[in-house]
Amino acid sequence: MTTSTGPQRYLPPGLPAPALSEHSMDAAFWEGTKHHRLMVQTCADCGMAQWPPEEICSGCHSFERTWKEASGAGKVFAWTRIWHPVHPALRDHGPYIVLVVELDDYAVRIVGNLLGDPGQDVESGMPVRVAFEDDPGGNFALVQWVRSVPVTGQSS
Amino acid sequence: MEYSVNRKVAIVGIGETRYYKRGAAPVSEFRLACEAILKAADDAGIDVREIDGFASYSNDRNDPTRLAAALGCHEISYSNMFWGGGGGGCAGAVGNAAAALVAGYSKYVVAYRSLAQGQFGRFGQARPAATVDAPMAYNAPYGLFTPAQYIALRTRRFMDEHGVSQEPMAAIALASYAHAQSNPHAIMYNRPLSREDYDNSRWIAEPFHLFDCCQENDGAAAVILTTADRARDMKHRPAYIMGAAQGSDTGFSLVSPTGEHYGSANFRKLAPRLFGSAGIAPKDVDVAQVYENFTGGTMMSIVDHGFCDADEVESFCTFENLSAPNGKFPLNTSGGNLADCYMHGFELITESVRQVRGTSTAQVPGAEIAFVAGGPVTAPVSSLILCA
Repeated sequence: MTTSTGPQRYLPPGLPAPALSEHSMDAAFWEGTKHHRLMVQTCADCGMAQWPPEEICSGCHSFERTWKEASGAGKVFAWTRIWHPVHPALRDHGPYIVLVVELDDYAVRIVGNLLGDPGQDVESGMPVRVAFEDDPGGNFALVQWVRSVPVTGQSS
Repeated sequence: MEYSVNRKVAIVGIGETRYYKRGAAPVSEFRLACEAILKAADDAGIDVREIDGFASYSNDRNDPTRLAAALGCHEISYSNMFWGGGGGGCAGAVGNAAAALVAGYSKYVVAYRSLAQGQFGRFGQARPAATVDAPMAYNAPYGLFTPAQYIALRTRRFMDEHGVSQEPMAAIALASYAHAQSNPHAIMYNRPLSREDYDNSRWIAEPFHLFDCCQENDGAAAVILTTADRARDMKHRPAYIMGAAQGSDTGFSLVSPTGEHYGSANFRKLAPRLFGSAGIAPKDVDVAQVYENFTGGTMMSIVDHGFCDADEVESFCTFENLSAPNGKFPLNTSGGNLADCYMHGFELITESVRQVRGTSTAQVPGAEIAFVAGGPVTAPVSSLILCA
């Protein structure tokens, strides 16, 4: 069900690449992205999902953590179109869209870009699905998003 | 026994250096700190050597041991750093100073902030790095780095949840700039902002235009606190601490997309404690300084503190309502972070003291209760109420 962006990158090269967190707590997440699977940390005892990953379940205090694959479907929870470049790699690039997406099947939110026209209209609640953007070095893939429903009647 | 700082402690001296554009300070950040503390001691009418307590925030680089040695202070009886970055702790540093005085630890506590962004890193730029780990690993690869961008996301959520337009944010920016036009100490003095300027300014991160964003500045500010019994006989009318609170909603972090109350400024649980400890309601406030890193954060902070409901923010945050002297909610009367100086909110503390003393350049007639909110959408955050 998941999509790959192919060799195309949404943002120019030169932005920081993700590194594993302290004690490799998020290794399963990044390993999952390489295989185009969106993995969510959950509690092995009570099942509660947590993002960002943490060493302990804030619901039942279990230290037993596990990972479940999410469907990759979600809804836009918040968005911004960023114009001002704050990193040298983004200089002269133009606007880009950042989303906070709430997953349909786990109560967590994840950040990513909305692929496609950076000038497109966006609204909270809009359905999206995951699309993986492979790192050219093959070390990870970024978790990106595309509209579930194609654009109709683009306003500008 | 009542556990509250209410009227037990007062701000008795305020000091500010000249404020500069980022990188324009001709002297070191440490010297700026010394200058502001010396001015505050002079304003209080005490010998600076009598200061025995130090409180700051945002990992201020000018630590009490160096300051006390340089200023010849007799001893250090209290030193305290408010956790967290940005301006979230500006009111909290004052609250912590007040707590030390109520506890009897110290006699004169200085709360201060010195900032020369030109001599160190900037808050509005990403630090180049080949890799980043959690939590930035989940954001930076997508071009999400700075407070403007994070707070833009949360503001958009708030706007979508409550059907809010750009108007309240425009009104906040215009009122701040209008107030700075009567304040010769403000960076934006003689630089008025029109609605056309606002609308035509470039986008930084939607919904923020350039003029929705704070400046980046160099300077220092300090306030001296002491107990009410000492404050009564000092040079100026004391600005009593009526209430002080700090805190965070559960799971709230600027950079995390999870946590409760995403479309908020993170004061929802703090506000009832603040007003409860002061024994007043939001409607009793005469004048407000509400930290504007970005106008959207200010708007959400006003709502979180209960000055109006989210659904009323359009009719509450109008230019007329936010303008001194006649508005119902005079806001950021020195120009605040947008137009006075981005002193990480400490310019809001000094302005609140001037309002209570009756010496502001945009004085609200008869102001007795002054409210300050620290940097919104950070964690932890802090707020303060002063009274005459």
